[in-house]
Amino acid sequence: MSQFAINLIFVGGSFAIYIAIAIWAKAGSTKEFYVAGGGVNPITNGMATAADWMSAASFISMAGLIAAGGYANSTFLMGWTGGYVLLAMLLAPYLRKFGKFTVPDFIGDRFYSSTARLVAVVCLIVASVTYVIGQMTGAGVAFSRFLEVPSSTGIWIAAFIVFLYAVFGGMKGITYTQVAQYVVLIIAYTIPAVFISLQLTSNPIPMFGLFSTHTESGMPLLSKLDEVVRELGFQDYTADVDNKLNMVLFTLSLMIGTAGLPHVIIRFFTVPKVADARWSAGWALVFIALLYLTAPAVASMARLNLFTTIYPDGPTEPALLYEDRPEWMQTWEATGLLIYNDLNNDGRIQYYNATPGFADEAASRGWAGNELSVNNDILVLANPEIANLPGWVIGLIAAGGIAAALSTAAGLLLAISSAISHDLIKKTLKPDISEKGEMLAARISMGGAILLATYLGLNPPGFAAQTVALAFGLAASSIFPALMMGIFSTKMNDKGAIAGMLAGLISTLLYIFTYLGWLFIPGTNMLANVESNWLLGISPLSFGAVGAMLNFAVAFAVAKVTAEPPAEIQHLVESVRYPKGAGAASNH
Amino acid sequence: MSNEKFDSTDYWAANLRLIAGCLFVWALVSYGFAILLRPMLAGIPVGGTDLGFWFAQQGSILTFIALIFFYAWRMNKLDQKFGLGE
Repeated sequence: MSQFAINLIFVGGSFAIYIAIAIWAKAGSTKEFYVAGGGVNPITNGMATAADWMSAASFISMAGLIAAGGYANSTFLMGWTGGYVLLAMLLAPYLRKFGKFTVPDFIGDRFYSSTARLVAVVCLIVASVTYVIGQMTGAGVAFSRFLEVPSSTGIWIAAFIVFLYAVFGGMKGITYTQVAQYVVLIIAYTIPAVFISLQLTSNPIPMFGLFSTHTESGMPLLSKLDEVVRELGFQDYTADVDNKLNMVLFTLSLMIGTAGLPHVIIRFFTVPKVADARWSAGWALVFIALLYLTAPAVASMARLNLFTTIYPDGPTEPALLYEDRPEWMQTWEATGLLIYNDLNNDGRIQYYNATPGFADEAASRGWAGNELSVNNDILVLANPEIANLPGWVIGLIAAGGIAAALSTAAGLLLAISSAISHDLIKKTLKPDISEKGEMLAARISMGGAILLATYLGLNPPGFAAQTVALAFGLAASSIFPALMMGIFSTKMNDKGAIAGMLAGLISTLLYIFTYLGWLFIPGTNMLANVESNWLLGISPLSFGAVGAMLNFAVAFAVAKVTAEPPAEIQHLVESVRYPKGAGAASNH
Repeated sequence: MSNEKFDSTDYWAANLRLIAGCLFVWALVSYGFAILLRPMLAGIPVGGTDLGFWFAQQGSILTFIALIFFYAWRMNKLDQKFGLGE
């Protein structure tokens, strides 16, 4: 059977399961559409949260970025897990006690202002749409590979399937489908990693394999990798970074962004009790960690395997002949995500870091420049092929990658559509809308959001994980501070919260657009996105943490000079702090 | 009524203390050991690299999990002690 047929069976089979579950659990009322009736147990909810959370960025893109950046990109690992600590301690239990459906609901009621609600809707939509762009990029890569089409066609196919899928069911459908998706994606991620870890280190557990001995050379795996990349002019894989300020701020942006992302927060409205919200965050992190502890192993092993493929006799010997290249390189070339350009016409693939420091070495070997460009987003999907694993493993990883992208895109679209249909239309513009009308509005806004994200995903502002990191910066700078102040400060008032959210969102957006183009349209950036142009060496990806600090500062300054919140709001804030008496999430 | 008010203030103070302790550890392993203090830990070898690298790629994640379960467990006890459980 051909690889294409195997991929089709795996992807098609996993789809049949998700759709069957979605139909079985089809949402009946608006309440079920949004929060699954408030009756999901913490472990199930943790697993669904993990699937919701681990998107194309985690599954497809992250290990590729770690492989390329080594230690410096550990930020993704810490940033995307550390946020759960903040969620469990600072937000989830109190928001659950408050008992509302959506993030703007909380902000609107807590700050007794429909303007605050509207600003929250805007923040939520900006962050979520940016996030969906990243998902479309990742899903596009997965579809283009397994259907063997160009990556732009892959994105349109992904958009169509996400649309069908998200419009079908609401939260309840999604909760149980996401449990199935979690199972598919974790198996798909782990199995190839186990095989590769066995091949390279004889240790079947990738997270231990990463720190074990490379069987072939007898050196520790990471020392071997450092040695190989050094000989080709790259920086050591484990090298420390100079710009620690940026590394700290980037990690912080990802962490507080995690705690400010509406599609994750909304998950904690679905558990029965306040205590369950805390346990749920813990379980979610356990399920997430299963992938996140494996990812750094996948990253280093894939990078080593890639170099071994291209330099079969070692990096100091001649490189692989182009005509002898393995089949996986040929299939990825068809997607346009892997490009070979024989600069010195010797028919071999010289893959190295063409920096000035390496120029002498390259000249002495007759090299005329780096001849291979490998898109970081293909590494995880190509990983089993690079390691010569059997065809079914490759089919499995295609299914896993698509599951990751779909589950998150669906969760985000739900957050976007509920913000528009529930917070904007029902609560602000047209309170007398029927349940049916509200559901229709929700579905139409999902469609609109997909179209926009797909269009922007054709020219993404970065690799999937980087685009997603921008979304985190936006959530970090706008939503997280407002939620936190809403719970921890009884004196925070409407004007302070509104001014804070606007300051955070606008400053972060302006900083991002300055370097990445207005609305991410290529060529409209005012400064080149290079470190020498960044303010104090802070990258656009890291600015969310600065935006959040501005948000807090502006909010407290404005709250200080304007009227205190009314007494009943101060009582409300106090009541949110005590678990007793939390009813089911309600719609009043 | 006044008695209950007193209790709940204590409850909230205890919660804030617990959060502060947990977040100190949270920051120490990630921003401390894995990033800012890495050069100081460079002398401690772990499988071909150093302890800071291990914290950056695995150690902090494991610590985060332990922190959340520790917090959830302590808060449950606190809920019961103050009679605020559901």
